[in-house]
Amino acid sequence: MPLISLRGVTKVYGAGQAALRALDGVDLDIEAGGFVAIMGPSGSGKSTAMNIIGCLDTPTAGEYLFRDVHVERLTRDKRARLRRLHLGFVFQGFNLLARTSALENVELPLVYRGEGASARHATARAALESVGLTGWEHHTPGELSGGQQQRVAIARALVTQPSVLLADEPTGNLDTQRGREIMELIARLNSERGITVLMVTHESDMAAYAHRIVRFVDGRVAADTTNPHPVEPPATAGAA
Amino acid sequence: MLWNSLLLAWRSIRRNLLRSFLTVLGIVIGVSAVITMVTLGQGATRAVQDQIAGLGSNLLQVRPGQRLGAGMGAAGAPAFAEADVQAIATQLGGIRAVAPEVRRGVTVVYAARNWSTSVTGTTNAYFETSNWRLAAGRKFEEHEERAGAAVCVIGATVRRELFGAADPLGLQIRVKDFSCEVIGLLASKGQGAFGMDQDDMILLPLRTVQRRVAGSTRVNTLLVSMKEGSDAESVKANLTQLLRERRHLAEGEDDNFNVLDTRQIAETLSGTTRIMTTLLGAVAAVSLLVGGIGIMNIMLVSVTERTREIGVRLAIGALEREVLLQFLIEAVVLAALGGLVGVALAAIASVVLAQVMGVPFLFNAGINLLALGFSAAIGVIFGYFPARRAAQLDPIEALRHE
Repeated sequence: MPLISLRGVTKVYGAGQAALRALDGVDLDIEAGGFVAIMGPSGSGKSTAMNIIGCLDTPTAGEYLFRDVHVERLTRDKRARLRRLHLGFVFQGFNLLARTSALENVELPLVYRGEGASARHATARAALESVGLTGWEHHTPGELSGGQQQRVAIARALVTQPSVLLADEPTGNLDTQRGREIMELIARLNSERGITVLMVTHESDMAAYAHRIVRFVDGRVAADTTNPHPVEPPATAGAA
Repeated sequence: MLWNSLLLAWRSIRRNLLRSFLTVLGIVIGVSAVITMVTLGQGATRAVQDQIAGLGSNLLQVRPGQRLGAGMGAAGAPAFAEADVQAIATQLGGIRAVAPEVRRGVTVVYAARNWSTSVTGTTNAYFETSNWRLAAGRKFEEHEERAGAAVCVIGATVRRELFGAADPLGLQIRVKDFSCEVIGLLASKGQGAFGMDQDDMILLPLRTVQRRVAGSTRVNTLLVSMKEGSDAESVKANLTQLLRERRHLAEGEDDNFNVLDTRQIAETLSGTTRIMTTLLGAVAAVSLLVGGIGIMNIMLVSVTERTREIGVRLAIGALEREVLLQFLIEAVVLAALGGLVGVALAAIASVVLAQVMGVPFLFNAGINLLALGFSAAIGVIFGYFPARRAAQLDPIEALRHE
């Protein structure tokens, strides 16, 4: 069984004449360890699909199985627990807590898991180290560059050792050089740690790192292709 | 879960120090303003009540001269005489007691100590008209009043200043140029209106003061206390009529004395006090409201940032109730902190201002609890409910919140 399986997933916003079909019968399987880029024009439903896969939203119709669990039948709290245990999120706008140190931002998911202070600090430091931010633990987002903020966000997503990393336009707010660095970091997490990566982007430069590219048009999967020559990240320094 | 929420609440307070400070400040101002105003208002009310009680109830004060007022003294109007007291007591109905009053400032000496005070020459009826009770000793004997004996009843302040803790009964003090035996000690009435010490006085028989201190037989004031339930207006009218006859005033001639009714004064003062208390209450309520609006503003202004924050927390796996608990703790901690600081500040301000204004400081637990509870409620309501609305949003909507 695939890790992620969407069966006829439909999402309708609004009702009656004004109803908008954001997703219209999407079937999609993603195996564990995959690196999938979701592309498509604005309004094609790629973000909606991402939110449903990320258990932030539920489909109007259809089935979504994550590790053989019917997510569409779960309560709000059960979905929150699923996110807490298995999913890591990276957003376009970073979404770090303002005026809060990098270390405390990265610790946050562990606090909700109920881990003790010393274990939390050690794990969070290790996560910051793995994104190359050793020495920046006590800086707040305001004192970090965009690229560094996104690295903190990635560390926060990784700190719980999730099986899936969901990245919604992770390079959208960064210049090309910083964007590449972030993509290389994500690609390494996939190749070296085996984390399944699902990334929404509309930059083909960034999608070129993925092994598989799914294109959405008007709420349907228009193309699903394997990338024969994904860009390989340079050999690592420091990734565990 | 509680521990984690406490940790998160503490971090949130710490990293938003300015917002936390302003919230606390709003509560501090609200709480301390209300408590201080009500405490001072009650102190002032008590001061006025003391003043009324000090005047004695159902009392008519009769003074020579016309209406009290600026430039309208006793000039030209003849004083009263001891015979007037007898006449009123025997000819007027509805009267409980009539006392003459001759008051003079003197210095009294005992051993090496001296003290400036006032002596009041009067009769035993004065104890009734002015609500005095004896703490020790006795009143005047009839023969002492008749003969103008050198005996005195002293107030608590005079006793303290001259004798300290020693028993003064039977001892001789020097009043002006004569020796006087202390036969009684007045029970303390305490501080009167506007800080006046009512216990700073000495009572002597009327004739003693007339002969040895004042040097005249004039009586400055008559105190007439009416029976409970007697008609003040008719007593006053009869009294006026009697005095007009005794002072040989012709028909159409103005009174050359005036009668002051303490019940009228009491009613006027009570009315003033009521208005003052209401006014203070209203001002206090406004300041509490302003404090509440301050808190509300700060909380609502930060709701955009907080909504996104809640979105992040939900996305990374926080449960709705965990987020709510954190925000509730945050609001409760800030409100409690503000409330306690407010109570402390109010206590200091009330004590200091009561001193300055010369009113008694009366601690009122009720208003402290009320103000604390109300401000805490405002803090919690405006801190918690916007957060609850945000926590019930979809994480995606909360994250998109602009």
